[in-house]
Amino acid sequence: MAEHKIQLDDQHISCQPDESILNALLREKVDISYGCQQGVCQSCMMRSLDSPPPSESQNGLTDQLKEQNYFLACLCYPQQTMRIGRRDHTDFITHGTVSTKKNLNSETILLTLDIDDPLNYYAGQFVNLQREDGLIRSYSIANNSIHSKQLTFHIRRLPGGQFSEWAHQELKLGDRIALSEPQGLCYYQADNLEQPLLLIGTGSGLAPLAGIISEALHQGHTGDISLYHGSRDETGLYWVEEMQELTNKHTNFHYTPCISKGEPPRHIAAGRANDVAFKALTDLKGYRIYLCGHPDMVNSSKRQAFMNGASLSDIYADAFHVVSNSSE
Amino acid sequence: MSESLFEQIGGEAAVDAAVDIFYRKVLSDHTINRFFDNVNMETQAAKQKAFLTMAFGGPNNYTGTDMRQAHAKFVKMGLDDNHFDAVAGHLVSTLQELKVQQDLIDQVGVIAESTRNDILGR
Repeated sequence: MAEHKIQLDDQHISCQPDESILNALLREKVDISYGCQQGVCQSCMMRSLDSPPPSESQNGLTDQLKEQNYFLACLCYPQQTMRIGRRDHTDFITHGTVSTKKNLNSETILLTLDIDDPLNYYAGQFVNLQREDGLIRSYSIANNSIHSKQLTFHIRRLPGGQFSEWAHQELKLGDRIALSEPQGLCYYQADNLEQPLLLIGTGSGLAPLAGIISEALHQGHTGDISLYHGSRDETGLYWVEEMQELTNKHTNFHYTPCISKGEPPRHIAAGRANDVAFKALTDLKGYRIYLCGHPDMVNSSKRQAFMNGASLSDIYADAFHVVSNSSE
Repeated sequence: MSESLFEQIGGEAAVDAAVDIFYRKVLSDHTINRFFDNVNMETQAAKQKAFLTMAFGGPNNYTGTDMRQAHAKFVKMGLDDNHFDAVAGHLVSTLQELKVQQDLIDQVGVIAESTRNDILGR
């Protein structure tokens, strides 16, 4: 083995023969998270930006992470020069022009960006949006991957949220926003068209789920697709009619809007979306699960879905998405 | 050359088959599941997989010190022999469910047993 150069941000480090990337970074006193140093805890996960990493450095990672060149620094002995990034590393790669802005409900707008270069993404992923002054927030792509030059987003206004307040009040048609490469592992893959899907979302967590549903139906998914969309009260829901129309067009698509407070009208279920879903679907063996929205809902639902029989490898939730929403 | 225990059980595929069944049994057991509240399920699944690989006699880098450090906070929460026995029992019943031969299950039991004192911090 020979010595290989590693680039992290602007820093160049040489990795000695028989030295892991983690050890090389620690030797150079780079601030990096790590734990067990033996490939178990996955604390030191990083991403290769220019080439697939050595396959043994991807031991134990999910297929999606492997596909996107994530690796464990403690298991990575470079075989060539590598440019690497931290696990949340993203580059801004293109710009978009605001072409639609309209209300979905009293607190959420639908924003459409016409982007300069077609973007390669999976339905359900998110991008970082960057305002001219550098302010960045993550938002899920709400459409399927067929319209690769036109992306839609659901932006919920959060009190004191710098980006969302600005998007609601000041952003206008024709304005420009920078976009990062697509990220996230909570996405649709057309690898098993017969697999039943359960999607649970709260608030604007509907955005990625709507993209996934649209993609799945476009790809000819034949398994049952069950969507539970929840909010505190009726004013927090949106696209109720659109989703109901979709159930008329596709017999395998099922839609249950839910509100957790007060007495719902006849076409809406009472209770939290996740509670209503798990009561109705008690046997989730063989299902693929998508969870998006409030972090508490996502975490408790992961466990409940697993206990109801879903395999761990079939439970998709996007922690990034949740963090970005709650921190705004 | 005779096959190793890990190969006889079925290697990594056997670990993948066992991890869901085993972890679901552990989380369903109200005498021990409090130790698994507030944990990240993905990280936890990776750890369960590493544990099963070791218990099946597969490749691992675990040392007694790692086991001690990883479980020290649970010992403070009251982790004792009863909890250890419960987890070991779930391991055995997982393998029985997967129709692994009894003599192989016994060998897995011996490996699991060898971690008892490290896990319980003795």
